[in-house]
Amino acid sequence: MKVLSIIECAYRATIEEQDDTVVWLMHALKGAGAAIDVLLRGDAVNYAVRGQDASGLAFGGWRQTEPPRIEQQLSSLTARGVTVYALADDLAERGLVPIDLLPGIESLQPQALAALVPRYDRVWHW
Amino acid sequence: MTTERPLLAFALMDAPFESARTTTALRLLDAAARRGCDLKVFAYEGAVLLPFARQQAHPNAVHGRSAEEENHLLPKDIVAALVAQAAHHGGNIDWVNCGLCVDERGAGDTIAGVRRGTPNDFWQMVKDARNTLVIPTHG
Repeated sequence: MKVLSIIECAYRATIEEQDDTVVWLMHALKGAGAAIDVLLRGDAVNYAVRGQDASGLAFGGWRQTEPPRIEQQLSSLTARGVTVYALADDLAERGLVPIDLLPGIESLQPQALAALVPRYDRVWHW
Repeated sequence: MTTERPLLAFALMDAPFESARTTTALRLLDAAARRGCDLKVFAYEGAVLLPFARQQAHPNAVHGRSAEEENHLLPKDIVAALVAQAAHHGGNIDWVNCGLCVDERGAGDTIAGVRRGTPNDFWQMVKDARNTLVIPTHG
């Protein structure tokens, strides 16, 4: 069974969770043997941007030593054979161009989305 | 009505681990505590779980880190750090959990320094404070 996981909700609780929980879940499911690809849309296309740095958070004497590293989370997914798409229109609306993106991210034109969806047995929209 | 030390009131609604708004709210509290403000916090709905004492850190296999290495952010620790921060700068934080919200969620086991209250406490905070910042949840 092949699954397309569409991630739209971005940076929802990434500081507290130290990751994006849906990307995390995709890692876990991949580890369990699932065949998964990921499509980033809306604000979540920013997950594919290189050079993100969420370090430095502190509250009083408490320091966050392990901040979220979503960039690495995505790179790790692609390294494990997961195709990660980002919707081209949403990238363009945010002024993001290919050089801004991690290697391996596939920009997907909106007209190609309709053709992509039927290739999957399940489509999850997060 | 104002006091010698600036008094600010906050209303929080989001549950821990659910929204970036909580992180922002806690950062604002940290900034105010560093400036020596007295702070009143009314935790409503899911926010009553922010100081829940039984939160536990855990290892994270996806991250490849042990519980110690992960140093997981637990909101109860942040609340405790904020209380200490305020005291260090001569202020204090009065954290009030909405009692009915606590009962609904079984969230009565809180860290020290958190008290149970009612909307009347919030109204009193509003009247006493220089200003009130509401950080609501959104569906």
